[in-house]
Amino acid sequence: MADATYGSLKVEVQMRGESIASRVERWSFGSVIGLLSAAAIVLLVAPTLIVIIVSFTSGMSLRFPPPGYSLRWYEALFTNSPDLWRAAKLSFQVAALATAISTVLAVSAALAIARRPVLWARFLDSVFMSPLMLPTLALGLGLLVWFNLFGSGVSMTTLVIGHVAITSPYILRTTCASLSQLDGVLLESAKSLGAGPLFTFRTVTLPVIFPGIAAGAFIAFMMSFDNVAISLFLSDARSEVLPIRLWNIIESNLDVRAAAVSGVLIAVTTVLVILMERVFGVSRHVR
Amino acid sequence: MSGTLAVPAGRLPPDAGASSGSLASRLLSDWQLVLPLGLFFLAFVFGPLALLGYVSLHTNVSLEEVTLAQYTKFLFDDFNLGVLGATLWLGLKVTVLTLLIGYPLAYLYSVARPFWQKLLILLIVLPLLTSAVVRTFAWLVILGRQGIVNETLLALGLLEMPAKLLYTPTAVVVALAQIELPLMVLPIITVLASIDPNLRQASQSLGAGSWRTFFQVILPLSAPGVLAGCLLVYASSVSAFVTQTLVGGGRQMFMPFYIYQQAIQANNYPFAAAIAMILLFSVLGIVVLVNLLARRVRVLSHG
Repeated sequence: MADATYGSLKVEVQMRGESIASRVERWSFGSVIGLLSAAAIVLLVAPTLIVIIVSFTSGMSLRFPPPGYSLRWYEALFTNSPDLWRAAKLSFQVAALATAISTVLAVSAALAIARRPVLWARFLDSVFMSPLMLPTLALGLGLLVWFNLFGSGVSMTTLVIGHVAITSPYILRTTCASLSQLDGVLLESAKSLGAGPLFTFRTVTLPVIFPGIAAGAFIAFMMSFDNVAISLFLSDARSEVLPIRLWNIIESNLDVRAAAVSGVLIAVTTVLVILMERVFGVSRHVR
Repeated sequence: MSGTLAVPAGRLPPDAGASSGSLASRLLSDWQLVLPLGLFFLAFVFGPLALLGYVSLHTNVSLEEVTLAQYTKFLFDDFNLGVLGATLWLGLKVTVLTLLIGYPLAYLYSVARPFWQKLLILLIVLPLLTSAVVRTFAWLVILGRQGIVNETLLALGLLEMPAKLLYTPTAVVVALAQIELPLMVLPIITVLASIDPNLRQASQSLGAGSWRTFFQVILPLSAPGVLAGCLLVYASSVSAFVTQTLVGGGRQMFMPFYIYQQAIQANNYPFAAAIAMILLFSVLGIVVLVNLLARRVRVLSHG
């Protein structure tokens, strides 16, 4: 009680003691930060909102604001767009397979890398993270030449392999981060209480790192589902993934169906992100 | 901080992991755990990239004589050098713009109340996980002839005819800035969260105003996050094939589209490989250089 009174008194003294110059400075700093942040937020949010609004247009073009509103382009998705559904199905399959494989590979590697501050572990870590920094298109072209050289050509398998290369860094990163939170004392006590390595892993390690793995797998899935640079080189004419189909639609005739597909993708992504945020705290793992 | 630090790098006793008590150590050795991903990377990341480098040293795909012809062809041609320059310059412009608006956003996050923090982080992470094709498509709607910008300017009487906004260099920079912004904001948020809030109060109670506190205390301490964000944004924007192509149009050529065009449309694999190698080593070179510079600055500033 006394503390609180003292605190508010102190604040008052400070406020009264604040010179005009420092008040101007504080105000100018706050407004510059506020304005630039506002610009950033508008830049982040506006494009998505505009696509959603346009997707409900009743017109034949992407005019904004739309001349009227209707669900016709969403109906078109369900009535005469087998190409888009086929592409979406393939994208889903590739992303699911790539995520499953890269989860196994990356979690296994993370278990060895994360708890070792030694040089080789740090070296391996940066090696496995390199696909995030390298131009993906170069990797796609390299893989295409590679598969042609070994005579296998491109197929669903090669597509999945290419996607594993770019998705495993995300899972490695989130799993390593979760493992670094794991308290060594927990493992020691499990061991001294007579728990075997597999039992310890299942009952101590896994529950602690599972949110990290799940968040990583989710990010990996989304990145694979969205990938163009690898798929461009590794899919044949018959197997077109969704982002490439969408890209072709946008580049050829700017069909308004592209807006409806975008609307669906935005809605699904938003729901999934909010869900994953609630359950696993995805945002903590992307930092 | 168990015995692991004492293990010398390079040589590892077979059961070294046992001290940390991980599953790894006792069921499978560390090498066995790393091996699958390691082999995968050798076979499907570094193998293909090495092959790409090898192909770039030849005149055709029969791979007969080794020559630097593709590289001299690239480096002694003004058009090619222009494409390389435009790509690296684009990356720089995007990095500066994302830093200019991304840093304040990260700062705002760091001083916001928990409720607003949750909302802000959602606004930042959502675009990151939303399809880049979709987000690029949004710019076609915004900047198109009948887009919101043109319609607004026409309605205000500032324009008589719709202006050509798409397929301009500025359009590519703005669209890419939007795509890459989360990559800049997230590392800065992380580093700002690790700064002791007492430092800000100490600086201010010693008489430094908001601006001085920011430039002399907060900004220097957040340098590692700024560096990480800049490198991520730079590397990602120079190779952002989809956005560069859709918003830039056919008139502006950047390296990723050049690779694609030479490989798929012109069927000139050795030249495409050489362009890919040049892009790869330019990005790698810049990342290494910036890291070295940063280390030098850090050493100097710490005496």
